[in-house]
Amino acid sequence: MKHIISALVENKPGVLAQVAGMFAARAFNIDSLVVGRTEDPKLSRMTIVVIGDDRVVEQVRKQLAKVVPVVKVQDFVGEPVVARDLMLISIVAPPEKRPEILSLIEMFKGKVVDLGLKLVMVEVSGPEAKIEAFINACKPYGIKSVARTGTIAMPRTAKTEP
Amino acid sequence: MASKSRSSASKAVSKDNSSLKTGAEIIVDTLIKLGVDTMFGYPGGVVLPLFDKLYDAPINFIIPRHEQGGCHMADAYARASGKVGVVLATSGPGACNLVTGLATANMDSIPLVAMTGQVRTELIGNDAFQEADTTGVTRPVTKYNCIVKDVKDLARLIKEAFHIASTGRPGPVLIDLPVDVQVNKASTDGPDKIELPGYRIRTKGHARQISMAAEAINNSRQPVLYVGGGVIIANASDELRALAQKANLPVTTTLLGLGSYDQSRPESLDMLGMHGTAYANFAVQECDLLIAVGARFDDRVTGKLDSFAPNAKIIHIDIDPSSISKNVHVDIPVVGDAKEILAEMIKEVKPQPRKKWFSKIAEWKKKFPLRYDKNSSQVKPQYVIDELWRQTKGRAIITTGVGQNQMWAAQFYHFSMPRQFISSGGLGTMGFGLPAAIGAQIAKPDMTVIDIDGDHSFNMTLTEIPTAVEHNLPIKVCILNNGYMGMVRQWQELFYGRRYSKSYLANPDYATVACALGAVGKTCDKKADVPKVIKAMLAEKRPCVVDFRIEREENVWPMVAAGKSLDEMDGLDILERLI
Ligand SMILES: Cc1cc2nc3c(=O)[nH]c(=O)nc-3n(C[C@H](O)[C@H](O)[C@H](O)COP(=O)(O)OP(=O)(O)OC[C@H]3O[C@@H](n4cnc5c(N)ncnc54)[C@H](O)[C@@H]3O)c2cc1C
Ligand SMILES: Cc1ncc(C[n+]2csc(CCOP(=O)(O)OP(=O)(O)O)c2C)c(N)n1
Ligand SMILES: [Mg+2]
Repeated sequence: MKHIISALVENKPGVLAQVAGMFAARAFNIDSLVVGRTEDPKLSRMTIVVIGDDRVVEQVRKQLAKVVPVVKVQDFVGEPVVARDLMLISIVAPPEKRPEILSLIEMFKGKVVDLGLKLVMVEVSGPEAKIEAFINACKPYGIKSVARTGTIAMPRTAKTEP
Repeated sequence: MASKSRSSASKAVSKDNSSLKTGAEIIVDTLIKLGVDTMFGYPGGVVLPLFDKLYDAPINFIIPRHEQGGCHMADAYARASGKVGVVLATSGPGACNLVTGLATANMDSIPLVAMTGQVRTELIGNDAFQEADTTGVTRPVTKYNCIVKDVKDLARLIKEAFHIASTGRPGPVLIDLPVDVQVNKASTDGPDKIELPGYRIRTKGHARQISMAAEAINNSRQPVLYVGGGVIIANASDELRALAQKANLPVTTTLLGLGSYDQSRPESLDMLGMHGTAYANFAVQECDLLIAVGARFDDRVTGKLDSFAPNAKIIHIDIDPSSISKNVHVDIPVVGDAKEILAEMIKEVKPQPRKKWFSKIAEWKKKFPLRYDKNSSQVKPQYVIDELWRQTKGRAIITTGVGQNQMWAAQFYHFSMPRQFISSGGLGTMGFGLPAAIGAQIAKPDMTVIDIDGDHSFNMTLTEIPTAVEHNLPIKVCILNNGYMGMVRQWQELFYGRRYSKSYLANPDYATVACALGAVGKTCDKKADVPKVIKAMLAEKRPCVVDFRIEREENVWPMVAAGKSLDEMDGLDILERLI
């Protein structure tokens, strides 16, 4: 099962290496890992998507909490959350196909961010499933390259953080 | 000196120069304030500023012959004393030589602070001379590590390192110290209070969980206490004894738990696990309640997981939440410090006779005691240990190598005091025994310290004999010399059709080696000589190495082969045939 785990970490050098190293050393599988700043300059948030049964994910949670600069760990499984990925995708778009492609982009509420002679670059964000669906829809035209952020998430009911 | 300073910190801090200290001074002052009076370490280019400050510091400084040895010494110093061990090494090769020692301490939860020199901050990442990414190399084998980039952070980071190393589930912490940080100046002694928002330790157990555990004990007909190194770390032996005696509970310990419970008491089941006693393993397999205290369900203890303690409800008392339900599902977890939790539990447990259970245990004890062939004409390793135990009245500190020697020491020296048995359990580091004996002897100068070692384990770190000689340490080394990597040979005998592939190496004459290195060396190859050789060894004031030429193909029994259940022990028939 897929779990979105959110970890508030102290904004110190070496934290990412400590967390990533722990995952590797304990043979936990990471689907994605996103690190970014938060409202507090002393803290960063890592959003980690892991796949595993309950026992494995419980260990992930406990082992994460054990990493010294990790301040708080939350597993969002079973909670109402807003989870989003961001993607930049470059699609093969010769002039005759452009109307079709543009309406596809429209359907997915994507944004054209760059246009070349043969390629169009699109920005799409949303739940992971939507991103996957967009990729699939673009496949027939040819995909040049994809850059994705991985998931970030926040619970829907406002919760107070430390 | 102040006039020559190129310190950037001295510019930043607007105080007069007299209150400024160099990084090296800050380190030494902080260590002394933290109560450090003994250190182990080896010099090198980028730690010279620090070594210069140590020149006249009131710290007993022991220089090993190899940094690995120094790290094991600091580790054993910590195990014997309960204090934090401190080890120092230079950058690059020095730091890399600490790795085995750090991993050893990390696996066994030993409080250690390692300090390493590092190249100047502006050279880091440039493949500078003797540069290694020390925090990168040691991250997986430490509880925590960091590099100090600014002298202003130095005192705080050292204090944090000691705090992290010694609290919660202890472990080694490494601080990497670029040479310029040792030279730069700052005025700070660091904060008085440590603030680590991500590091919170829960020591007090949850009252409801404790009551549930006590109730389970009161309702149990066939309970077993399964005790690990955590009880020794927690200094909780008194509470453990009080609980076991009030509630009438049989007690088995892990290898690392040896000494936490007096093995001469009738309710002691001695060690469990792969080479544990039959009565401990049977009791675990048949118990209806297993009370694990400061033990981590290691695979050498549980055997095949699916069939471990199949009828038991499991209580697990441990300070590390990630220890709980890691390998075995736990019914009643109690997170916190063993000492505090046991003290609470004692109040709630009720005396119970459990006559039937104890008589069953007594039968197993009678039928399957640990035994060896006393009629053999050869020097049996178990006999040597038996005799050591008798002559030291069971009061020596025992360190070990790894392999058969370690298992025989665990089986045949009966421990009654915590911190009396010092052995590398989790990593199983050959070569631990001798430096560990040195570290333990420094921590406990008045005790008899004996390294019960294997020939090949001893080979790995015998270079530390001169360290013992230099410091006049009366350590004893008893090499159980079978000429083999005995434990490897035993597995090859049992599982690889007696093909003794590469498990034999020619050994030197250890008595000669010992003498050449300045110690006393003896050889004992006759059974009849064992008592008098041991007597002479114990009387020695200098380091003494005795080469016991033991029966070469003796095996350790019983044995739970890998993948077998705890009650499927090999060798019981062999033991039964002996009288
Ligand atoms: C050749 C060889 C053979 C071996 N055979 C055996 C064998 O037959 N039997 C055996 O038992 N071992 C054996 N071992 C050792 C084994 O590998 C493990 O090292 C050992 O079993 C672990 O002991 P432990 O469970 O007590 O854990 P430790 O490693 O001592 O862990 C301590 C536990 O206590 C917890 N703790 C720490 N502080 C506290 C506190 N204040 N309060 C509460 N909890 C705390 C920690 O979180 C941890 O979970 C063998 C090793 C070797 C090398
Ligand atoms: C550093 C290290 N290398 C290899 C091993 C694997 N190993 C475990 S026991 C053993 C043999 C030990 O031989 P010896 O010290 O003579 O002890 P004995 O079993 O003969 O008592 C070996 C090679 C180890 N535990 N540690
Ligand atoms: Mg040997």
